Amino acid sequence: MRRFGGTAIVILACIAIWQLLYLYVGDSALASPLQTVEKLSVLLRTGDFWIHVSETGRAFVLALLIAVLGGIALGVILGLGRLAGDVAEPILVTLYSIPKIVLYPLVLLCFGLGMSAKVAFGVMHGLIPITLFSMNAIRQMKPVYRRTSQVLRLTTLQTALTVIVPAILPEIISGVRLGFSLTLLGVLIGEMFASQRGLGFLLTSAINLGQIDTIMAIALLLTVFAIACNTLMMMFDRHLAHR
Amino acid sequence: MSAAASEITVKSDAVKQMPVEQPHVALRGITCVFHSRGRSLHALGPVDLSLTKGEFFSVVGPSGCGKSTLLDILAGLNPPQTGTAQFEGKPIQGVPDGVGVVFQEDASFPWLNVHDNVAFGLRRAGVDPAEIKRRVDYAIGFMGLKDFAAAYPAQLSGGMRQRVCIARTLVLQPRLIMLDEPFGALDQQTRLIMGDELLRLWRETSATILLITHALDEAAMLSDRVGVMSTRPGTFIDIVETGWDRNRDSRVVSTPHFGDITARLWEKLRVEALKMMSTSETRSS
Ligand SMILES: Nc1ncnc2c1ncn2[C@@H]1O[C@H](COP(=O)(O)OP(=O)(O)OP(=O)(O)O)[C@@H](O)[C@H]1O
Ligand SMILES: [Mg+2]
Repeated sequence: MRRFGGTAIVILACIAIWQLLYLYVGDSALASPLQTVEKLSVLLRTGDFWIHVSETGRAFVLALLIAVLGGIALGVILGLGRLAGDVAEPILVTLYSIPKIVLYPLVLLCFGLGMSAKVAFGVMHGLIPITLFSMNAIRQMKPVYRRTSQVLRLTTLQTALTVIVPAILPEIISGVRLGFSLTLLGVLIGEMFASQRGLGFLLTSAINLGQIDTIMAIALLLTVFAIACNTLMMMFDRHLAHR
Repeated sequence: MSAAASEITVKSDAVKQMPVEQPHVALRGITCVFHSRGRSLHALGPVDLSLTKGEFFSVVGPSGCGKSTLLDILAGLNPPQTGTAQFEGKPIQGVPDGVGVVFQEDASFPWLNVHDNVAFGLRRAGVDPAEIKRRVDYAIGFMGLKDFAAAYPAQLSGGMRQRVCIARTLVLQPRLIMLDEPFGALDQQTRLIMGDELLRLWRETSATILLITHALDEAAMLSDRVGVMSTRPGTFIDIVETGWDRNRDSRVVSTPHFGDITARLWEKLRVEALKMMSTSETRSS
């Protein structure tokens, strides 16, 4: 109950700051909380808007699936092979520190305009953090778990699915939480620069037309979505910590 | 309980039909050297050891002398540098079928409750559910974990977690059971009681047991033979036959013979312990 109260205070404070900021900079740069909510409710009632939402949603779900499953699989493989992991870690970190936007033209050349380019760009953002998290989780796993799976004569697949993945699940969830927001970012950036559909595209056109309330409404929608998902994952994480 | 016991006996009777002369476990000239960061460390050997089928053998020795290393070699987890290791007449390459190990470290899975921990190996082996239930319930009762079947390892004491690991090994009905200081986390009374349980289990299953321990009384009371190891690199400097009856229990500790055995073990081990103390002193000075 007290935690709930804390959350409410934080939300109220954010809205208050937003309102104050709006009063200070004025209509030309910001929409007020009330205007934003009104605009969002208008948008949510138009059919076109939902086409864009579902476009972004599909791209995001696909990208997240690939990033999570691919990241865990890669992380498990690299984490198990000590040498492979030692070699791969600096490479991955370096790769990840490249500003990915400079690679976007290449992605567009490979995948063309449309869904697959967005998905690819989302995966590029989310895959590596999830890989790194799972890889390090395996390296820090108690060695006796693997020795146990050996004396129980488990197959490699059984070891991976019934010992390693459960053992590192809390770390995987932390990786997915991070990967989640990065994948969403990747998909939206992809849409902003080269797409005719999706929330990212809506944002770009709103920027070009100077529709500040639309920009703010989309930002609000995405924020609420991201916070809700993150809270769910955090609750799952806590649930695991209790075992 | 008696149904489970008789079935286990039937199963091991089949194994007993091997030639009697053949040792159940045979080690010849085993040595183990570790290489790490350019240095090599001679951890074990040369060790020769034969265990007969159904024997209770204990290993005592100073800390770091290579006891766990010896167990790893027998379990096929770590190949020796020299020598041959055989289990049931076959060279040990990888983990042999019929070998159960309880490690020194806590190996219970924190994401599974006690029941699922114990059932883990059986489920992976594809044993049928009714049989799993029967064996798991029996092992949980046997290890005194009945009230904790639904508890998670985080809610258990170290000693209870170790019992979960023992139960997880037992349900697989291994023909060779190796335990690495399984009662280290227990108090003296519980240790003696658990020793009795282990003896009961040993009689019921007629498995061969190799127990690593640092408690001389435990080794003296439980074993048919006790191997005393030297400081690193560990070799057997003495093997003591206890001559106990198969139906022994913890009450033997009050007999004079028990005193004789412990005295002999301590006589050998004291020298090794002193050696270890002096080498660590010269190293630190
Ligand atoms: N993987 C390894 N790499 C390098 N050295 C090792 C390794 N495993 C063990 N050692 C070393 O080998 C020696 C024997 O270790 P071992 O674990 O077998 O001792 P132990 O007799 O079981 O000791 P304790 O009674 O404390 O459990 C120790 O000096 C240890 O540091
Ligand atoms: Mg040890």
